[in-house]
Amino acid sequence: MIEIKNLHKSYQMGSNALHVLKGIDFSVKEGELVAIMGSSGSGKSTLLNILGMLDVADEGEYLLDGMPIKNLNETKAANYRNKFLGFIFQSFNLINYKTALENVALPLYYQRINRKKRQEKALKYLEQVGLKEWSHHLPSELSGGQKQRVAIARAMVTEPKVLLADELTGALDSTTSYEVMGLIQKINDKGNTILVVTHEDDIAHMCKRIVHLRDGVIVKDEKVKQVRAAEYVQ
Amino acid sequence: MRLLFDKNTWQEIFGSIGKNRTRTIITVIGVLWGIFIYIVLAGASKGLDNGFERNFESVAKNSLWCWAQSTSMPYAGYKTGRGLRLKVEDATTLRNRIPEIQYIAPVNTKGVFGGAGALTVRGLKSNTYAMYGYYPDIAKIATQKIFDNGRFINDQDIEQARKVCVIGERTQQEMFEEDEDPIGGYIRIENIYFQVVGVHKFVQTTPFGNDGDIFIPFTTFKKIYNTGENAQFFTVAAYDDADVVQVEKDVKAVLKSVHKVHPDDERAFGAFNLGEIFNRIIGFAKGITFLSLIVGLATILAGVIGIGNILLISVKERTNELGIRRALGATPGEVRTLIILESVFLTLMAGVIGIVLGAAVLNLINNLTQDTEFPYTNPTVPIPLVIGALLIMVVLGTLIGLIPAQRAVSIKPIDALREE
Repeated sequence: MIEIKNLHKSYQMGSNALHVLKGIDFSVKEGELVAIMGSSGSGKSTLLNILGMLDVADEGEYLLDGMPIKNLNETKAANYRNKFLGFIFQSFNLINYKTALENVALPLYYQRINRKKRQEKALKYLEQVGLKEWSHHLPSELSGGQKQRVAIARAMVTEPKVLLADELTGALDSTTSYEVMGLIQKINDKGNTILVVTHEDDIAHMCKRIVHLRDGVIVKDEKVKQVRAAEYVQ
Repeated sequence: MRLLFDKNTWQEIFGSIGKNRTRTIITVIGVLWGIFIYIVLAGASKGLDNGFERNFESVAKNSLWCWAQSTSMPYAGYKTGRGLRLKVEDATTLRNRIPEIQYIAPVNTKGVFGGAGALTVRGLKSNTYAMYGYYPDIAKIATQKIFDNGRFINDQDIEQARKVCVIGERTQQEMFEEDEDPIGGYIRIENIYFQVVGVHKFVQTTPFGNDGDIFIPFTTFKKIYNTGENAQFFTVAAYDDADVVQVEKDVKAVLKSVHKVHPDDERAFGAFNLGEIFNRIIGFAKGITFLSLIVGLATILAGVIGIGNILLISVKERTNELGIRRALGATPGEVRTLIILESVFLTLMAGVIGIVLGAAVLNLINNLTQDTEFPYTNPTVPIPLVIGALLIMVVLGTLIGLIPAQRAVSIKPIDALREE
């Protein structure tokens, strides 16, 4: 599903360049649930941003489902993001004056899908994350876990090829974190490809594979035995 | 285009402008004030324009009065200070020599420029009134409003020097009983019986004249007062497209040549040029219209710049939201359109409210000045001007919206997402 070869990225910080990614080779197959781990500054967020086409690499190849991602202009990147990728953020990033339903329906709006279909589909995905009854509430009326579930529904609503989650449990307490991870696992069970960036060990072990990043290079790439989040939630 | 007609687009816009009511209201007031001033100024200047027109409506706008004085230069063997008299045939000469003249009517008067008026008697009632010897053409130069059943002096009256008269409203009141019909009745003027054929409603068209004036045929006047071929003054109306100042010069030149007056003698003939005065007033009104247009447009511009300013701040506030939208697949074009539509919508809304308020104020002023002497009638703003103003606002709104829109898309989505 994802193929990257020799990925380099550096940021210009004043007069000196900060080399963040120093040649990453990495691939993800369909249906995988991969955790990218590393301490802060290891380049994991940069990697995720490049995978999410929110940022561009200086050097290297990136294939998404066999399609080379290069020479992106903003419009093209926006269309690819909309069609192929779903984002889940640490700070939820819901639009605060829109209801849960409207937030979930927003990506479909950018797919030029008509309003009725958008709402139907959005409601379906809200139901999957267990928030059908909360569809007309504003984000400010939802708890952190609920907000993240709305965000997950929003990421899922376009049926993307890959879900990218950046510290999705970073703002949640552990019980809520496990609930959210349980949901992620359920989605993965249906065959969706998911990448999770985290620095929490227990969260990482709920994935099927952990990629360790340090100073811009992959130091370890291991398959792990998946811990089901349901075991924690009792 | 798709965005324009999508309900969701408008929900996005309402969502964002409704969220910040104070900001929206202050923004809207800026443009609203601009268009309000524009409408009120444009309407008021139009009202003044109409008011001036109304004041001049009863008299040909390019008319002039001319009269003879006495020479101030010796010429052709005549000494200086020779008294001059206009002759009735001068009118024919003028009309023949100056093609711009549409109508010309010699007039004789008694009791208008000093001297006693005509003693008028009916039964036991008597008074003196100013009297005018008129040709029917005078009605084409200065409109004569005659009350129902009556008529003005006509060509037969002139030919036969009939003893008929048109009297003023006041004369009617003073000479006739209230329930009496003056038409067909007789009054004695200078010991001659005249039949009343009409009553005129007094309209101020010249610096002289009042509501007691009696009009009789020019030829009759001549017989009563033995004026011969003399005329006291000429009333001249030029064609609408003629330059009335030039006509005045031509008239004087012709009169000077006929009466053997030095061509440079400025004092020999006097004239009162209504057309020139009218043109000056119209020029003044045009100046006011132009000024109001400039001031109005400048105010609108200031308002629109205010909107741009506020939107710029709004975009900064919404950096995170716009980042989310872009991460979810909004193209830069779509983000730009959203911001511009917001700007245009705010501008238009403000514009429409401003126009309505402006129209209300114009109407109020109109009602207040309805029955006054103030030259102010029917203050309207022509629809093309209103539509033009709205168009200008949309264009300016779009242009000014471009700045915050560009700012919104110039921030990278990841940077925008980090903004909290």
